[in-house]
Amino acid sequence: MSHPDTAADSELARLRWRCRRGMLELDLLLLPFVERGWAGLDPTAKEAFWRLLDLPDPTLLELLLGLAPPPDPLSDVVAAIRATAA
Amino acid sequence: MSGLERRRFDALVIGAGGAGLRAALSLARADAHVAVVSKVFPTRSHTVAAQGGINAALANVTADNWHWHMYDTVKGSDFLGDQDAIEYMCRAAAHLVVELEHAGIPFSRLPDGRIYQRPFGGQSQNFGGAQAARTCAAADRTGHALLHTLYQQNLRARTHFFDEYFAIDLLRDEQGYILGALVLEIETGELLVIEAKSTLIATGGAGQLFRTNTNAHINTGDGLAMVLRAGIPLEDMEFFQFHPTGIAGKGMLISEGVRGEGGYLVNGAGERFMERYAPKAHDLASRDVVSRAIYQEVAEGRGCGAQRDHVLLKLEHLGEEVIAKRLPGIREMVQTFLHVDPLHHPIPVYPTAHYTMGGIPTNRHGQVVVPLGAGEETIPGLYAIGECACVSVHGANRLGGNSLLDIVVFGRAAGNHIIEFLKEQRTHRPLPPESLERALERLQRWDRRGEGESVDGLRRALQETMERHCGVFRSEAVLLEGLSKVREIRDRLAHAILKDHSRIFNTARIEALELENLVELGIATLVSALGRTESRGAHSRIDYPERDDRHWLKHSLYYLEGERLEFKPVRLKPISVDTIPPAERVY
Repeated sequence: MSHPDTAADSELARLRWRCRRGMLELDLLLLPFVERGWAGLDPTAKEAFWRLLDLPDPTLLELLLGLAPPPDPLSDVVAAIRATAA
Repeated sequence: MSGLERRRFDALVIGAGGAGLRAALSLARADAHVAVVSKVFPTRSHTVAAQGGINAALANVTADNWHWHMYDTVKGSDFLGDQDAIEYMCRAAAHLVVELEHAGIPFSRLPDGRIYQRPFGGQSQNFGGAQAARTCAAADRTGHALLHTLYQQNLRARTHFFDEYFAIDLLRDEQGYILGALVLEIETGELLVIEAKSTLIATGGAGQLFRTNTNAHINTGDGLAMVLRAGIPLEDMEFFQFHPTGIAGKGMLISEGVRGEGGYLVNGAGERFMERYAPKAHDLASRDVVSRAIYQEVAEGRGCGAQRDHVLLKLEHLGEEVIAKRLPGIREMVQTFLHVDPLHHPIPVYPTAHYTMGGIPTNRHGQVVVPLGAGEETIPGLYAIGECACVSVHGANRLGGNSLLDIVVFGRAAGNHIIEFLKEQRTHRPLPPESLERALERLQRWDRRGEGESVDGLRRALQETMERHCGVFRSEAVLLEGLSKVREIRDRLAHAILKDHSRIFNTARIEALELENLVELGIATLVSALGRTESRGAHSRIDYPERDDRHWLKHSLYYLEGERLEFKPVRLKPISVDTIPPAERVY
């Protein structure tokens, strides 16, 4: 993150800010995932992650806590985030 | 500098949580030209996390009236709350909840269709009698429903939103008028001068001061620090509420609703220890009482777990159906973060920093006030509401369900007052260049390059220091050591250097600015806590264990200049009823 002049670094910076949410629970699920899991995602999963971030906080929390089943295109990335929760 | 883009509005609202949006809505509906600046998208403000509900004496489940609600709030505040503001809030509550219902908030209902009300800690009937049920909730989404509804209404009313803009500092002239703010667009790094005839701060609390806390990462008290830098004091900063039941070691809140529905606490010996601390209210005693009880059980070696560093919250006996229906999400949250099922295992809990009772001193119209002679004067053009403000309805300790009420009551009041203010203030006052210069300097300092410490570790150091030295129980020695440590952190921060000087989404720079805000608030909290040599509400001094009404029935005011304290009296006289005199606070 020291020289975010490349497109990838700039996307990561944008992503970090969009993972700042209104609930601590989401911060604790999303921010570590961006640091640990994001780089390993394929382009489809990255796209799904961005779509996930567009959801309202309580809906996002429901998906990430396993309270509601994620729609198909999002299920892999939801599982990946849940797997990194500590 | 003259090259900076400028925009002019009648009103600038900084912060887009429930308080800011409620005020903005009143303003926009009165055809004022309103700008709302928010560092995240408005619907991601921390109001979204308010699960519990909103208090109003509707009397749908138990007998109730606003005067009992007022009594409970004054008592809960440990008699430090201003009784005129508390009366105003409790009387307005029923009307505003009905207004929210009409706006489309889907409140949970009784079989006959009326709004369901749940019992919460500190609620009583008949001035300290039997438990009342006063909290209205939209399942566990009350905050979200409120925020979402207000946001939609604001869009319809044509409020102008500046999403993902960070406020650097307030702008003012030599007469003390507040004239708007310098803000930074996070995405582009561009600066914008927003000139406004009135500025309202609604930036929320500063829970990120402490390592274990319930707050979202955005809660860095930005508005409080801006006010300090503008030469205005902060009131009652020593009062920080610790919620008794955070998930141990993580901070996330286990709602008081769990105890409202019958969950209870046990210590390492399996004892229901709250019966000793609160013979009548037990596990539903007010938050500060329960937090100190947990702290004391652990401190005296009666904690649970291998480290004996927490207690347990039991809800297994409630059964799967009650938990799923009345406490949705609790089970799954515990499973996700702790990998145990609370249907079969109790939840390890410990007090977690939750709510900033202190803040920007205001009157009940939301106007920011400072001492003048024996009385007070208002800061022209400046308002503050919600958690960043100290009106003061929560005094030394806030009751559950009173914070959502606070934001809608005083959001509306401030909006209405600004509408009147704008009738007198027809034009924009000239903005002196020096004020803008000062705000710019704050930002340009982070352009320095070269050798220096990075910012990353300093936030953690601040949070750990505050937790260790300014937590549930305090003493002079512990506070003094904390103060010297935080001053050292402030010095290190002053010499810290950013590695990243890019403009686009430079989150490292935003985090550095947030940390500067937190550090000043840490010092404000420590100095205020050192000054108050008594124990009251959330402020507990081991060396001064008793409440001392003779000397301390007064509010503290912390000034950045000289890091000094002044004091002002508590407003004991309500608007229309008799004073509720200070009495021993027993639950």
